[in-house]
Amino acid sequence: MALDKATVAKIAKLARLRVTEDRLEGLATELSNILSWIEQLEKVDTDGVAPMTSVVMASLRQREDAITDGGKPDDILANAPSTAAGFFMVPKVVE
Amino acid sequence: MADLTDLTLAEARDGVRGRTFSAVELAQAHIDAIEDARGLNAFITETPERALSMAADSDARVAAGDPRPMEGVPIAVKDLFCTNGVRTTAGSHILENFTPPYESTVTQNMWDAGGVLLGKTNLDEFAMGSSNENSFFGQVENPWRADGDGQSRVPGGSSGGSAAAVAACLAPGAIGTDTGGSIRQPAAFSGIVGMKPTYGRCSRWGAVAFASSLDQAGPMTRTVQDAAILLGAMAGFDAKDSTSVDIAAPKFESFLTGEVKGLKVGIPDEYRLDGMPEEIEALWNQGSEWLRDAGAEIVPVSLPMTQYALPAYYIVAPAEASSNLARYDGIRYGLREDAADLTDLYETTRATGFGDEVQRRILIGTYALSAGYYDAYYLKAQRVRTRIAEDFRKAFESVDVLLTPTAPSEAFVPGSKSNDPIAMYLNDVFTVPASLAGLPAISVPAGLAANGLPLGLQIVAKPFDEQTLFRTAQVLEKAAGVTERPLPWWKGAGS
Repeated sequence: MALDKATVAKIAKLARLRVTEDRLEGLATELSNILSWIEQLEKVDTDGVAPMTSVVMASLRQREDAITDGGKPDDILANAPSTAAGFFMVPKVVE
Repeated sequence: MADLTDLTLAEARDGVRGRTFSAVELAQAHIDAIEDARGLNAFITETPERALSMAADSDARVAAGDPRPMEGVPIAVKDLFCTNGVRTTAGSHILENFTPPYESTVTQNMWDAGGVLLGKTNLDEFAMGSSNENSFFGQVENPWRADGDGQSRVPGGSSGGSAAAVAACLAPGAIGTDTGGSIRQPAAFSGIVGMKPTYGRCSRWGAVAFASSLDQAGPMTRTVQDAAILLGAMAGFDAKDSTSVDIAAPKFESFLTGEVKGLKVGIPDEYRLDGMPEEIEALWNQGSEWLRDAGAEIVPVSLPMTQYALPAYYIVAPAEASSNLARYDGIRYGLREDAADLTDLYETTRATGFGDEVQRRILIGTYALSAGYYDAYYLKAQRVRTRIAEDFRKAFESVDVLLTPTAPSEAFVPGSKSNDPIAMYLNDVFTVPASLAGLPAISVPAGLAANGLPLGLQIVAKPFDEQTLFRTAQVLEKAAGVTERPLPWWKGAGS
């Protein structure tokens, strides 16, 4: 399926990736090529075949719902680009 | 004494333990070699001070008569594993200055076993690539060059820095990760052994996530025995990874009997691709002859879904990547491009921080998971994946292992595929099927192409049968008897 510029812009928005207008055309062609190559999957009969969810285990392990870690605010903030008073700083989101 | 960097991992381990040389001497020899090989660009971050201090600890352990299994063995680590206090970039601008305050389970296991960290190796950004050209920190040079031509070659990817480091004897072993072939393909391109264990054998905790249902850590070494030793130190159950399998890792090294009599080796007919270079096909045939001569039985098998593995992979892996990489938001860690509002901040940070291939895969993945397309792309690909796994399950009813080529060509020249994503993806045509099925697989150096560049053969085994995988691989390695090493053109060539 061929993607048009508007679809690429929409996906980019969903993915929170800034794509400038001048890149849309090129990306649309590139992604369309990849998707049309992928579409050979349509030739595979998958009627009644369950989608794979895990290669080795039928079900995930359960564990006790207990606190096992925490109390490390300094570690958690150590790599943040901007912090203040033990918080992450973000641009103003409420007027 | 011979150059300590020429030693295999087993020899290095035994030498430290037997006090033939000290761990500090061993570490220093590798630190010097790394310094002399900066022209390869194999490392993003070198950690000589940490190496020497860990080595000094190892020497103290040995002196106290209490050596651990990997005491004093220097190891290079793909810069995808979080290392406490050592910058971890994933080859990306977005993590350029990220220093984790915690250690990945696989590397922690390494250090607990006495391993010594030499540094963090270069890779394709977020492990997405087959040539190492996608690294924010520049491409890695393959230590090998074709006969009579000084042209640089890619080391393969994404674990290209790890492969180059081992091939150039900058480390006796390196840790890589393999999502669709990222250990095995660079191993083949760089003339070394590269092994991807069964999914669930090594913990994914603390390894930067690309495609979580496929990612596995594995060893990269110069011999099969070394790979068995290194995997032994990496593997094991970890409660912090929900897909870690609670099966004790056997002592892989002890299964290397050199014996394959009666072993059934499957040759999947569908791996005979149109347009496959003749010398790869010839090497593959030679490989089955070697195993037959060693007493194995060669059995033709069919894996009819093979051709659909790559397109299925290029839905599943980007879909998972688009979810995993949503965490890079410019708020909690990593690069931040300041902007007036929050959406602008996210969008500009991610557009600046991610390279082209990563953005391409995020977009494909986002599309495949978006409303209206989820069934047609993602669920379809996961159904095809079930059929691929079923193919292998059936084949393994009649054989013990499979033998295939590792890659469809020898190492190529940088730039020759970078404008054609699909041509680049085809590098993994022989490695992706086993990844989708979660199977253990290994690439073994099997010969040289006519132009002198290394070629590998791949063995695939049943889930959790790494023992048979290593055993067969070692027989193949011995029969192939590849002794050529790359000429050290890089010594003193870089800065």
